[in-house]
This record gives sequence, structure tokens and C-alpha cells, in this order.
Amino acid sequence: MEQRAIAEAVKAQFPEEVVDIVDHHGQVGVLLRPGRIVDILRWLRDSDTLCMEHLRALCGVDNKKRKTPYPERFEVVYQLYSISLRHEIRLRVLLPEDDAHVESVVSLWEGVNWLEREVFDMFGIRFDNHPNLTRVLLPDDWEGHPLLKEYPLKGRKEWQGLVDLKEKVKRLDQYGFYAAAPTAEEKEAKAAAPVKAEAKVVENAAPAGEESKTLRERDQA
Amino acid sequence: MNEPIRQTMEVPVATGDEERYRLRMGPQHPATHGVLRVELELDGETIVVCDPQVGYLHRGIEKLAENRTYAQTLVLTDRLDYIAAMANNCGFCVAVEKLLAINPPLRARYIRTIVSEMSRLSSHLLWLATHALDIGAMTVFLYCFREREILLELFEELCGARLTFSYTRIGGVRQDVTASFIDGLQRFVDIFPDKILEYETLIDTNRIWLKRTVGVGVVSREQALSLGLSGACLRASGVDYDIRKHQPYDAYGLVDFEVPIAQEGDSYARYRCRMEEMRQSVRILQQCIDQLPPGPIVSDDAPDLHMSQRIIPFREARVSGFGTALIALSHKTKPTYPAGDIYVATEVPKGELGFYIISDGSPRAYRMHIRSPSFIHISALKALSEGALVADLITNIGSVDVVLGESDR
Amino acid sequence: MSADKVVHLPDGLRLFPGAGAILGPLDKLVNWGRAGSIWPVTFGLACCAIEMMDTGASTNDQDRFGVLFRASPRQADCMIVAGTLSKKMAPALRRVYDQMPEPRYVIAMGSCACSGGIFDTYAVTQGVDQIVPVDVYIPGCPPRPEALLEGFLKLKQIIMAEEFRWSNVR
Repeated sequence: MEQRAIAEAVKAQFPEEVVDIVDHHGQVGVLLRPGRIVDILRWLRDSDTLCMEHLRALCGVDNKKRKTPYPERFEVVYQLYSISLRHEIRLRVLLPEDDAHVESVVSLWEGVNWLEREVFDMFGIRFDNHPNLTRVLLPDDWEGHPLLKEYPLKGRKEWQGLVDLKEKVKRLDQYGFYAAAPTAEEKEAKAAAPVKAEAKVVENAAPAGEESKTLRERDQA
Repeated sequence: MNEPIRQTMEVPVATGDEERYRLRMGPQHPATHGVLRVELELDGETIVVCDPQVGYLHRGIEKLAENRTYAQTLVLTDRLDYIAAMANNCGFCVAVEKLLAINPPLRARYIRTIVSEMSRLSSHLLWLATHALDIGAMTVFLYCFREREILLELFEELCGARLTFSYTRIGGVRQDVTASFIDGLQRFVDIFPDKILEYETLIDTNRIWLKRTVGVGVVSREQALSLGLSGACLRASGVDYDIRKHQPYDAYGLVDFEVPIAQEGDSYARYRCRMEEMRQSVRILQQCIDQLPPGPIVSDDAPDLHMSQRIIPFREARVSGFGTALIALSHKTKPTYPAGDIYVATEVPKGELGFYIISDGSPRAYRMHIRSPSFIHISALKALSEGALVADLITNIGSVDVVLGESDR
Repeated sequence: MSADKVVHLPDGLRLFPGAGAILGPLDKLVNWGRAGSIWPVTFGLACCAIEMMDTGASTNDQDRFGVLFRASPRQADCMIVAGTLSKKMAPALRRVYDQMPEPRYVIAMGSCACSGGIFDTYAVTQGVDQIVPVDVYIPGCPPRPEALLEGFLKLKQIIMAEEFRWSNVR
């Protein structure tokens, strides 16, 4: 089925939910309100004429630095494909900046679990009724969401885990081989300095004052 | 081969009333193919809870792509699936070409098909080597690396690199193939089918191999679709889905090949699918060698490599003493990049690699999402391994064929 | 055939034929033994790990240098950090290093391990020498197997030049 026709079918079935239908490079995207996304996806998957059984991808988008005709800041994009009928469609759900959340679709596709966790990790968009909505790529105590447009490429603040690790490294390295070993400069200095002839104490020498006596004299004494 | 193998060892069966044992496997573990971490809860030897964790190779490629031009992003795609970097390069270039409406010449499309299939062979050889090594067959590892080295040397002759190539360009390829490269490829294509037979002789009747793969990690057709599997993992469960056939790109629409499908959905079926895929790849390579058309290797309206603020087209021109060279033409008018979004998927050795690119009219991607097959395949390990034995987890990690660079991005 | 033709001794050690004795400084003797059997723990992280495997495979057979991969840090005396070290992975790297017994050496393989490489982002440590002391740096993205072999030879030179690494006094 043509992509435009699929988009029209979605609009005919859910007229309240569809905001707009856009066409780029021959690929059609349907812009939706977040309310009934699970119903729409279930209908697309189970309908005999559409049969979109393969969810290709799910990702988030931050529209902060892009001009769009819609006031909403975030988007969650679903790419759907029908393996049996060989057609595809893109659904874009618009989410407002404050309190960005959308219903999770784990109940329809098991594999979506981690994709939604990734969107949460990177954008902070929450998915309602998700079984385990935690960070997936970054550590749990990471601050900020990296793919937001205001997040700088190199991050703002060092991750606390790495700060702790560097302290640990400093603590442990003073017992390591390289801390105790002489550095290259010290070695050079040692090699350049003249070797001092130290007066050595002879330990097994005879008691003081008895050097001059012969063995026989000692025996007699 | 299919006769029942006598049970020689008693496997402890979970009774449910014992204490659970927690085992953390990885991120530094030789059988996790990189830096995958799996938290296991065991009852005897049976896995009760399997919780894979990724992110140990997260480098922020998607964020980096927003700060670089399209041509500069190309080098990042090498480091996604570093085992088959050429296939990633092709996938990214196909996506950007569709966004910028550039049509690469036919010869370039054929060359890309050749290098993609060589990548597929090299990836499958590495998969077979490490999968067999995990299961306990050391010899296969040495045999597979022997043939993989021939492919790497061919790649080196083509573009000077062994693993991270950046050989394709938006609108074509970097440089033309030489006659000695084609000769070397022909020699490889001639000997390789015999080598596949050699691997199969080594492991196909090996009872340890059969015991550890047949019936392990079974995924039904419905479950595979629900888990979002793709590539050989999906085809081993009986779903006929190959993007090379469904939405042909490069020269895949012009060559004749079959898509191997199995119905069982276990590790052995995935192994059979990949072995057959290797045979089909050899077929595609032979056809590409025979049909390789003459002509230019880069499109006239291809952007220059660094692509600062505008597209500078460059043409192939004859330079005295140097043969042909690519010469950038100055471009007075500032071209506009088409705004909009596009999703293009290609069939890489691991499965479906998709690039979702949003353009806002600047030479940089406004947002680039990479749909990586490995990320989804690792998340499927939970469904594959719960209820199985610990040793089967190793088989499952190997047989779904994951690479962590692509998963974590 | 005399014994000094069978065993190649480094300079400074002397073999007495017939007596079965080797005479020389203990430093030389210990270093000679260590340099001939570098057992690295495989710390494959990213692309470089594939070239590291290739070095161990059939074509570039590294076993001929006495270099055998060990899977456990407790049995290893050298760690090859092959690939990009992300911040999430850094604590695990240090833990593996702490589990290794003295003497221990670190080879940083590839641009990412040396300096962060092309990934100058929020999630990547800029060089593993912030976390562990590095003995040999191998540049390249990824380095060829021959480059890794040369790295091992450089490490051998470093080991041969060491003094008193067997003693607590130093």
C-alpha cells in the first residue's frame, strides 16, 4: 500500500489524534497526539490490510533548535514496517516540554523495552507503565540527558564515578612500583654523582687495644 | 547425525527450594564478545533471572554526529560495527544520498555491493571463529582467521586499511578497483566454497557442537517479531525478511541470490542460515565480478569530502602524469540542503542497520538515530536464556552475533 | 652441540658448559625469564580487540614470542587495553589492574586508549593513563598486528633494562 494511503487510513480511523501528515523524500510521517498511541499502534499491527508486525526503530527528537510549526518540544518517532505486505509508515508523537511522557508500547512489542529506556536515558522522556524505566547506556547516577540540545558535547560536570575512581587511583598509586621506583632524573643524577668511598665498620675485628698483642700473649693472659 | 546422543552426564535440575546464587558475568569476560555484562540469578545451573547490561562502550556517536558534517560522520560509522565496517559505510552513504537526492553511478554501486559482501563474509567468519571457540572448538578459530586474512589483505589493497575503511563516499566510492584486486577476489571466490565445506566437516558432525546448539535458545516466529530481531536471527525463525530483497539498494536489485530461511529458530538454525548466507555472498561476488560495468566511480554532484558550508561538486579529470584525479569545482551559489527526515535501512551482517536522519537545512545532521541490530539482539538475550543452563547463555550470546560497538554507539 | 648454542643468553649472563651453571647478576637472570614469557590478560574493548585476536591467530602467530593470552588477570603479567575506554568501563579496568600481581605492565593499544582518539565526548576517558600507569603506547586506529608485535618487543626491552624489580628493598 502507498504510504500516503496508509496515512489517510490512520487519519480516517483516528481523526481526533492526527495533527498533520508530512511528506519528505517520498517517506510519509504522521504527526500524532500522545493520548491514544497504544491503540493506534495496536490497530496498525493487527489490521489485516496494514499488518505492520515489525517495529523497526523508536527514537526521540529534541526540537529546541529547529523551526517547526508545532509548539511541542519533543517527539518520539516510531518506524513501522510490514514484512508480509512490504510497506512502511512513520509515526511522530508530539510531546510538550514540561512533563514529557507517553504510554509505553512494551505490551505490543517486547523488543521496545530497551529502545524506550534509551530514549529516557538520552532525553528524559518518561514512558508510562514501562516495566523497568532506568538508564541503559549511561551509569545510573549520571546527571543530565546527553542528547538534549543544551547539553554540551563534552558534558558539563565530571561524572562522580570517575572522580571517585581518580581519587582511588591516586591513593593506590603511591604503593605501586612506579611511585617507589626512582624516576629517570634521579637515576641520571645518581649516575653523574661521584661514588663516595665510605668508611666501613669491620664487625669481626678484635676488641680494641688488643691489636698489638700476639696470639700467644693473648693466650697467656 | 540426528541419532539421539546418549546422556553421559547428569544435569542438575532446578527444584525451586534452593538458595539462589547471583553471578555477575562481565564486563571483562572472554565469552561476552566485548564489554557486555550479564547479571544472573541461578538456581543450581539453571538461569532464573538474566539481566544483560550494556553501555560499557558508549561513546556518544549520535551526539558527535550532530556536531559534524555528513562527510565527517562517515568515519564514525566505521566504529559502529567494526567487524563489518564497509557495510556500515555503505548504509550511511545510501541514507545521506537519499536525503541529498544524489544518484551514485552504476560502477560505484557494484563496487559497494562487492565490498559489502566481502564485509559480510569477514563478519560471518569472525562470528563462526569466536562462536566455535566459546563452545570449545579451537581449530575452527584458526581456520576461519586464515581465510579472513585473505579478505583483509584485499581490503588493504583496495583502500589501505584493514578494519576501519571509510572507503565509500557520499555519491560514490573513494577510488577505483584495480585489476589485481579483481584477480585476488576471483581467486578468493574460487577457493572459498571449498573452505566452507571444510568448516562444516569440522563442526557439522561434531557431537559436542550439536549437543550445545540444537534446541538451544529457541525463538518462535511470533516471539522473534515481538522481540524485534532482524537479520539471520529472524530468518532462522522462519520469517522471510531481507532488506536486500525487500528494499534493494546499491546493486542488490541487479544480482541474483537466494535468502536462506530455517524454521527451527534455535542456535543450530542460526548457524545453518549464516553458513548458507556465506555461499550466497560468494554467488553475489561472482556475479558482480562478471557484470562490473565501466564508467565513473563518483557522482558529478557528490559533495566534497569536508563539505564545510556548501556542496562543492567535484569531477573526475585527466591530469597529466597522474591518470585520473578528483578535482573540486568552485561553486558560487550557496546550495540549500533539503530539510526533512528520512529513515533508510540496510542489511548488514548483524541484521537491519537503520539511519534515521533529520536535516534542518544545515550541512550537519540535526539528529541522527542509529537503529543498531545488536542493541535489540542483546535485549532479546533475556527471553532466550531464562530457564536455560549457564552454558547455554554462552551459546546464545555467540549465536545471536552481537558486537558491542554497534550496540552502545 | 654445546649448550650456549641452544640457549640464547642476553649480554651479561654467562653459561659454563659442562657445569650446568649460569653466572651473572640476578637482575639480568630474572628479567631474562620475564621478558621471554609475557602473558597478557585480554582486555578487548572495541575495534582494536579484533586486531588483537588477529595477532593471536594463525597468520601473525604471537605464541612464538612466548606471548600467550590469559583470560584471568590473576595469571597475567601484562594488560593490553585494546580500544575505547568509556567512563562507565573505567572502574572495571582499574579493578582488573588491581587484581594483577606484581610485576605488571600495561600496553595501551590504539588511539582511543592512548588519548581518546576521535571520541572527544562526554562519555569517553581521554587516555587510559589517567586510570592505570602505561608502559607502551601503540598508535593507530586500529594498529596493525605487526604494530602490536612491535609493542611486545618494546615491552621486552623495557623489562630487560629494569633493576631490582624482584626485590622489596629496591
